[in-house]
Amino acid sequence: MKRRSIFLNVSAGFGFLFLYAPIIALIIYSFNKSKLVTVWGGWSLKWYAELMQNEQIINAALLSLKIAFISASLAVVLGTMAGFVLSRFGPFRGKMILSGWITAPLVMPEVITGLSLLLLFVAMEGMFGWPSGRGTGTIIIAHTTFCMAYVAVIVQARLSSMDETLEEAAMDLGAKPSSLFFLVTLPLIAPAIISGWLLSFTLSLDDLVIASFVSGPGNSTLPMVIFSKVRLGVTPEVNALATLMIAVVAIGVIAAMFQMRRQARLLAKPE
Amino acid sequence: MSILSRAALIHDASSRMTKYDFIRRVNWGKTAVVAVPALWLAVFFFIPFLVVFKISLSEAAIAVPPYSALLEWDLEEAYLTLKLNIGNYLYLLEDAFYLDAYLSSIRIAAVSTFYTLILAFPIAYMIARAEGGKRALLLALVILPFWTSFLLRVYAWMGFLKKNGIVNEFLMATGIIDQPLVMLQTDFAVYIGIVYTYLPFMVLPLYSALEKMDMTLLEAAEDLGCRPIQSFFLITLPLAVPGIIAGCLLVFIPAVGEFVIPALLGGSDTLMIGRVLWDEFFLNRDWPMASAVAIVMLIVLVLPIMLIRNGQGKEETV
Repeated sequence: MKRRSIFLNVSAGFGFLFLYAPIIALIIYSFNKSKLVTVWGGWSLKWYAELMQNEQIINAALLSLKIAFISASLAVVLGTMAGFVLSRFGPFRGKMILSGWITAPLVMPEVITGLSLLLLFVAMEGMFGWPSGRGTGTIIIAHTTFCMAYVAVIVQARLSSMDETLEEAAMDLGAKPSSLFFLVTLPLIAPAIISGWLLSFTLSLDDLVIASFVSGPGNSTLPMVIFSKVRLGVTPEVNALATLMIAVVAIGVIAAMFQMRRQARLLAKPE
Repeated sequence: MSILSRAALIHDASSRMTKYDFIRRVNWGKTAVVAVPALWLAVFFFIPFLVVFKISLSEAAIAVPPYSALLEWDLEEAYLTLKLNIGNYLYLLEDAFYLDAYLSSIRIAAVSTFYTLILAFPIAYMIARAEGGKRALLLALVILPFWTSFLLRVYAWMGFLKKNGIVNEFLMATGIIDQPLVMLQTDFAVYIGIVYTYLPFMVLPLYSALEKMDMTLLEAAEDLGCRPIQSFFLITLPLAVPGIIAGCLLVFIPAVGEFVIPALLGGSDTLMIGRVLWDEFFLNRDWPMASAVAIVMLIVLVLPIMLIRNGQGKEETV
């Protein structure tokens, strides 16, 4: 028994090392003074300073944040509607089709989603003159479409694991469908909606393939800029950028975890 | 009058109201709630596939957009001609390159899924056996990288695996090798990239299967003289099968269509269908051919997976 747990710990430890070693190496090398990414030239913040002066990267980052914010918000509205409809409306005509459409984007390879949306935009432009050209708007539509699938799945899971008695009680007390939703259901599924928004935001911020297909000239998102730089090799500037992004995410996730733990403790108290 | 009895009265009143009236009154709102997401998905998810199918049947042309029209009006002769070009599909069959690319994507995805399973199992097992606080911490450690940029996680491996990267430096310093290994731009690097980026997708379903396992089963087996290795294969592994299947699907499906990992970590001979489609579109600007590749990918790879998932969903509800 003892030997087995040693074996287990060593192999699991190897797994965690595998997960974190490249990230840690990247962070350390972002502080490297030397321009040669492989030679250690002492600690320095040089690449961070250079990053702050790189307008191309800063503009791309701002554009990506804007797209991610709008698409995540749209995706939350549409995805919540879809998830709510699928778990609370009972059987209706076309339910199978809707549930098929809502889960399909999750298994669809990104290259296919990107190509099909681009061809749609081109065909629509030819037929109706809209969208004229491609850019921020088309990227937002594309991101909303695949993010709403994630939101719908999360909301649906939350709704189906939730007790319906509260909603039934509100209905018995004469709540109209709209006030039932906004006063009872929505607050109950708020955690699912928040995590859906955060997931959509990160997915949108991270997407390279779909954005590359549907964006137009002069509308490069941050992943597109990073990809074009990185394709040629490792650069110290991207190391610095990566470190900043990882730091923001790590702080955000850790803060969220503490918040959730505190809430769990507060909820547990009355018992 | 107490609140309760008032509630009972309202309840009575509303149930006396004919159900039909009630439904009819809310129907418009209800329809709108169904229609908005359904319409969005119809326009931006379903119709695009029809467009892709249509364009896969056209010919590449030097025009804007770069493909020929399927329907042509001849006004003088009053002739409407429909030209369907199945040449793209025939070419897919004829040229071994495309078949190789499909097969090689499946092979690379399958091999990486297997490695992911091997690496994820001990992690999931350890987390499932850990105590409360430690368990939450270990779970968070597995999920945390998932929230950071996928592109940057792949990029991190470029610095790690390259010719004078950290792995080679380390191996040379310890004297294990005296020539740097070529690791970047090989299939090996692609396996590592896939295992690395999809590890959480494997760990989480495995963990939720292992967590439900009744530990007394292992104790009983030990009491009955079962060696640990035997009880692993006879008890733990069979009980983890649902998690193994779920995890493998979650890794295999996106890995098959992967573009970024083979583009950054793979060599020029690493054939993956996602990359072929990308090159067909961006380098050759052959939109009809890219569409044909997408349609075949959809039929050969995506449809079976969706059918399997649907089947599983039905079994669960039954």
